[in-house]
Amino acid sequence: MLIQRPADIPSSEITDRKVYVTRREFIRAATGAAVAGVAGAPAVLDAQPPAPHGAKLPNVKPSAFSTTEPANTWEQITTYNNFYEFGSGKDEPAYYSRGLKTAPWSVAVEGDVARPAVWTLEDILKGQTLEDRIYRLRCVEGWSMVIPWVGFPLADFIKRVQPTSKARFVEFTTLRDFDTMPGLRLAQLRFPYVEGLRIDEAMHPLTILAVGLYGEVLPKQNGAPIRVVIPWKYGFKSAKSIVKIRFVEQQPVNSWQLEWPQAYGFYANVNPTVEHPRWDQEKEIRLPGLFRNRTTQMFNGYGDQVARLYDGMDLRKNY
Amino acid sequence: MQISDWSNQQSGSESAVKSAVGTLPSAIPVTANQILRRVLKPAVFVAALVPAVILAYLTWAAYNGRTSAWPALTGNFSANPLEDITHGTGDWALRFLCITLAITPLRRLTGWNGAIRFRRMLGLFAFFYATLHVLTYALLDRFASLDFTGGMLSWAAGRALIAWIVDDIYKRPFITIGFAAFVALVPLALTSTAGMIRRLGGRRWQQLHRLIYPAAIAGVVHYWMLVKSDIRLPLYYGIVVAILLGFRLYWARTKRSQERLSTGGVTTGSSLQADQSG
Repeated sequence: MLIQRPADIPSSEITDRKVYVTRREFIRAATGAAVAGVAGAPAVLDAQPPAPHGAKLPNVKPSAFSTTEPANTWEQITTYNNFYEFGSGKDEPAYYSRGLKTAPWSVAVEGDVARPAVWTLEDILKGQTLEDRIYRLRCVEGWSMVIPWVGFPLADFIKRVQPTSKARFVEFTTLRDFDTMPGLRLAQLRFPYVEGLRIDEAMHPLTILAVGLYGEVLPKQNGAPIRVVIPWKYGFKSAKSIVKIRFVEQQPVNSWQLEWPQAYGFYANVNPTVEHPRWDQEKEIRLPGLFRNRTTQMFNGYGDQVARLYDGMDLRKNY
Repeated sequence: MQISDWSNQQSGSESAVKSAVGTLPSAIPVTANQILRRVLKPAVFVAALVPAVILAYLTWAAYNGRTSAWPALTGNFSANPLEDITHGTGDWALRFLCITLAITPLRRLTGWNGAIRFRRMLGLFAFFYATLHVLTYALLDRFASLDFTGGMLSWAAGRALIAWIVDDIYKRPFITIGFAAFVALVPLALTSTAGMIRRLGGRRWQQLHRLIYPAAIAGVVHYWMLVKSDIRLPLYYGIVVAILLGFRLYWARTKRSQERLSTGGVTTGSSLQADQSG
């Protein structure tokens, strides 16, 4: 079964982050530095348990697009997440996403398509062969992991929905649910989270809709039940928990571009030669390493397959 | 009363107690001063080292691909140990700055003068954690990023490291401010000894050590600037620092108005003493 049972913790039971942090800070202060464990390095005590394992996905085929590099562990992948709808700390999605309802789930397909419709997750996956896609993921913050996704080419779905010739871009929208997403109240990004791709990027065989991880149903903190993964771009382009796919003529304005346009652009191709105001992009840390000593590859090492998409484009202007 | 009397105080009360109590083995601390010096201060010293020990242990574990053998005691790093080390050392530097800034208000609010005896040690721990924080950034992040074409310990590598750090300080405002905070703490660490207090003289030492105020503010601003969005933690530190500095502003203001009302002379002298020990 692909559909996870919804968590039965009502959101009212989940401790508000401010209270949970304040209580912890108070306990630390009160017991004093003398008590070793309580006073340990702050990030350390917040380490969450990894996601519970979900149902195994049937008939998953291997793919030639997978890398042979060793994948990060289930614990690393499910406890270190940027999913601001559930809080901006790396450990917060693992804790707060338990309130996310992943069933029933539907994706609205709108815009320049033959027949706009609302697709249930079951309909999207009906007759679709799932593949193991072990991809590198490079975050704009300068760390990277290797993630064994389970998914299928976005191109397969696009062909089914039949976009018209007017469609030049695909826009993805993430769920925005104030009942289950405590991070929304902090309002640091313009929600709902919006991302987009040029139609040829969306049709590229590397671009997938992912529904699983390590052969099992995708955990909530990783963008359950369905998300897009574009491995040659910075991780923020790979929108999670998608509820709407819209085909448009104008280039979408993605959420991070709205937030800080000098730093975050639409294309966001992994590019060590384009500077970022906050992080150097020439080197990265392959987690769980200690040193920022890994050279960042152009297009995250997928240049052979995707460089042709950008022939003639100035990637310093179109960052 | 001179500056050196501050350290002579304990001998006065010690001899008083000894004569009252008679022959007691001198190893057992009895007077308040002895307890403070021989029990409390070492205890606080050890406690202040605990976060560094835990961080060092977890770093060693991460380097060897392991997790902590006592996770209930130490916790564990996340998938990104470098980030945890950087945040941990920075957090503790800020905390010790706040604790150090809290000593004088604590003394004045509770009347417990013994608090002063911890201030230097706690201030130096702030500098210790700040140094670890800067070293983490300089070595694990910047130095590790270099291409060691001339070898790891070459002059070229050293120059490249400095060039890169200078570039960062210039290009990234949050690093500019962080570096400024650290630089402000260096003269405080260097002049922390009793010998330096004598060399500088109480008044000049006092004025120099006011650098802790901009250092603490710069530390909070540095933290504020680097969080991507959730500003609550830097905000909490900011509020604490603002309160601790607010105390001093208030007392400075009331002292000044008292001096204007008093007949000068004696009052000025005693406020100088209060400065030296406060």
